[in-house]
Amino acid sequence: MIPYIRRAAALCLVLLVALLVNAARVMVLQADELDENPANRRPAIARWGQPRGAIVVDGRPVTGSRDSGQQLRYERTYKQGPLYAPVTGYASQTYGTAFAESAEDGILAGTSTLLAPLPFWNDITRGRQPGGKAVTTVRASMQEAAYRGLGGKRGAVAAIEPSSGRILALVSSPSYDPGLLSGTGPKVEEAWARLNSSPNQPMLNRAIRQTYPPGSTFKIVTAAAALDADVVRDVDAPTDTPDPFVLPGTRQVLPNAAKGCGNASLAYAIQWSCNTVMAGLGVEVGLTGMVDAAERFGFDDTRLKVPAWVARSNFDTDMSPDQLALSSIGQFNTTATPLQMAMVAAAVANNGEIAYPYLVERTTTSGGTTVDTTGRRSYRQAMRPSTATQLQRLMVKAVEEGTGTNAAIPGALVGGKTGTAQHGLGNTGTPYAWFIAWAQAADAAQPAVAVAVVIEDAEASRTDISGGGSAAPIARAVMEEALRPAPTEGVS
Amino acid sequence: MTATTADAPPPGSRTPKRRGVELSLLVCAVLISVLGYADVGLARSGAVPPDAVRYGAGLGALALLAHLAVRFRAPYADPLLLPIAVLLNGLGLVLIYRLDLETPHDQAAFTQLVWSTLGVALFIAVVVLLRDHRVLQRYAYLSMVTALVLMLVPIFFPAVNGAKIWIRIGGLSFQPGEFAKILLAVFFAAYLAANRHALAYTGRRIWKLQFPTGRVLGPIVAIWVLSVGVLVLERDLGTSLLFFGLFVIMLYVATGRTGWIAVGLLLAAVGAFAVGSLEPHVHSRVEDWLNPYASIEAGDGPGQLAQSLFSFAAGGVLGSGLGLGHSILIGFAAKSDFILATAGEELGLVGLTALFLLYALLVARGYRAGLALRDPFGRLLAIGLASILALQVFVIAGGVMGLIPLTGMPMPFLAQGGSSVVTNWVIVALLIRVSDSARAPLPDAVETGVIAPIVEDAR
Repeated sequence: MIPYIRRAAALCLVLLVALLVNAARVMVLQADELDENPANRRPAIARWGQPRGAIVVDGRPVTGSRDSGQQLRYERTYKQGPLYAPVTGYASQTYGTAFAESAEDGILAGTSTLLAPLPFWNDITRGRQPGGKAVTTVRASMQEAAYRGLGGKRGAVAAIEPSSGRILALVSSPSYDPGLLSGTGPKVEEAWARLNSSPNQPMLNRAIRQTYPPGSTFKIVTAAAALDADVVRDVDAPTDTPDPFVLPGTRQVLPNAAKGCGNASLAYAIQWSCNTVMAGLGVEVGLTGMVDAAERFGFDDTRLKVPAWVARSNFDTDMSPDQLALSSIGQFNTTATPLQMAMVAAAVANNGEIAYPYLVERTTTSGGTTVDTTGRRSYRQAMRPSTATQLQRLMVKAVEEGTGTNAAIPGALVGGKTGTAQHGLGNTGTPYAWFIAWAQAADAAQPAVAVAVVIEDAEASRTDISGGGSAAPIARAVMEEALRPAPTEGVS
Repeated sequence: MTATTADAPPPGSRTPKRRGVELSLLVCAVLISVLGYADVGLARSGAVPPDAVRYGAGLGALALLAHLAVRFRAPYADPLLLPIAVLLNGLGLVLIYRLDLETPHDQAAFTQLVWSTLGVALFIAVVVLLRDHRVLQRYAYLSMVTALVLMLVPIFFPAVNGAKIWIRIGGLSFQPGEFAKILLAVFFAAYLAANRHALAYTGRRIWKLQFPTGRVLGPIVAIWVLSVGVLVLERDLGTSLLFFGLFVIMLYVATGRTGWIAVGLLLAAVGAFAVGSLEPHVHSRVEDWLNPYASIEAGDGPGQLAQSLFSFAAGGVLGSGLGLGHSILIGFAAKSDFILATAGEELGLVGLTALFLLYALLVARGYRAGLALRDPFGRLLAIGLASILALQVFVIAGGVMGLIPLTGMPMPFLAQGGSSVVTNWVIVALLIRVSDSARAPLPDAVETGVIAPIVEDAR
């Protein structure tokens, strides 16, 4: 019996070896593949197993974390969620992340190698650091002023510091509370469905993800193109444009809302927003010149990130002369994000140069040690400095005694441009009210802020919509906050 | 060479009892379990659980009582068996306690501790009351009848999770099939020991196979078919596979006929294919095994087996550490059939290998006792009991790690399950008893001629 017992024992040994080999196969050879299986919940559990780092505005966190006691333990909370939603975006356990939450996810979730004191050791141990902080460039008072100004009407505000590109305010209205999407379960799914199906599109970030026809605010771009191309040498000299203006190659007549536009000067046209003069100048500059100028301001750029991705503003590169004429006054196929139009105002204010806009000033560890900073970078030279100087004067005139008087701030230099953009089939939609502006304190060396406001209020009657009437006061409120001395910057 | 001369101690020398070794190993086993318990608390809440001392004292007391029973009633028993059982049971309690932290409404560790106590009590009872394993040979047929009755009873109780293997009376549930496997091993050992020569040498020879007469083979095949049939009826696949393997191994060891293994494997293959493709419950298990990620691809999320594989992979070589894994994602069977996944995730490949080696030692010690014993019944019983452990570990570990189709069975000592832990303690008690007989000096009875010495054939 002995040999048979030994053989049976050998069989048991074979079974043991099979188990050990199989264990090594699953736990070592296939481990990475299994770890990365999208159905494996472990990465999500680890990711939400610690509080997420804060997004900071003016030294104060506008986000928080709540211990839910669930499997995904810490849920994101938001202070003044609707106000800062266009900046923070959401960090949802169900639907992922958006905007700053997405762009700085590695820092906030603690996975970024920047946070690890010893990156190589961290790679080996697969350790996780406490979530770091993202310090934004947003100024709370300006953000609040813009949000208050829009008052729930559909629209957006973008404000940037012309010299640095720091985004000081980014508001979209109506907004939503991103905290509604933080966790898991039917309540979150219901909120997501409701927000996505709402006709007001509260989750649409109108400031950087929605484009509108810029209307007359685009005339600043056309004016810069005309001056840079030497089509206009003297802004006060009469231009050779009739009123009414017949679109080239058609029998369609372009009307003016303002009086005295026939052969008016560029200065007069900017001050009173003459369609005919600007359309004529655009045609005179020509398609190539206009496209070049628009692209220098950032139109047609698909790669702009702040760090969230910014929708492309459009200026067609292939147009007939009549289409070019309409595009030169911000109609036809020309569309722009509010941020793009703020950059147009900033270019004028900053002597023609656009600083790359950015929203996250720096990122720090949870303890506050800076791990990365976003410095000032030049984006483009949109026009000659001399052109910018001339346009500054024209925009100031428009505010002092033109269409933009509602934006005037006593004791400060304010330049602005109104816009009322037609849209819809046969221009039947309620027009969009635009206002772009910049402001400089009397004793300051350079402008403090450039701002763009758009209102698409479908509720209002058509005659009430005008850039000077409804958008300019909001721009003024935002600029007033910008001109106040900045609070001493400190990050806790 | 004969077994008798090989295993008998040289005349005049004193056979070492090794009870001190056993006691020190027991201390280690209890310490490791208590440290594991404290570690779970430290990892989860930053503090040693307040009842760690009580838990250690309880486990230590059980181990001490079992040790005393062995010391006084089976002094020559193998010193490794009891410490391994205590260590496995202690680690099982730690793992169940650790999983209890994830399921506040389903606390299993205390119940398991009660069952373990009952198991140790039965262990002591067997060691104290059963003075000679050969007594069991007399109750072979009674064992067989009891086993069949135990296995039949659950048919009259409702199915739990697809298998009709439970008896529920009041709040208690018991799996009688667990205990039946010991009784069947006793019956097989007794029957084969009595008839092994007839099985090996009589009957007709067809081609190269020597077929025994139906009179000898008939009854045991009938019992075997009956028990496997009942199990298939109850959808207890793991146990039917176990019984099949047990039968083939014991038949082979008793007769030495390789042909029987071939016939057995052939029958098993046919049976497995038929059941696997016809029976829907089994069929789905086979499908799961062939493609554990099918439910993920279908968009329904990972199934149990996929979750189990994720757990093992997450453990890697060193494991996440006790209390720091997420094997609870496996779901309802995490504490029972899938407890090994928690061990794999939190103790890693290193810890899992250690566990497998503990089981291997237990099995090896059983086989060793079988080799050293002098009576065929004892040999077959030792081999049978050790094989039950080996096959059970293989079937369940292979199942939860995707080596073979999954069959629901508890990991011996480790998994939650009262009937299982009690049964395994009885198995260890019987192994203690046979190893005591194997290692004890030849009884005086041989010399005085009361029992004739068994001379082993030299094959």
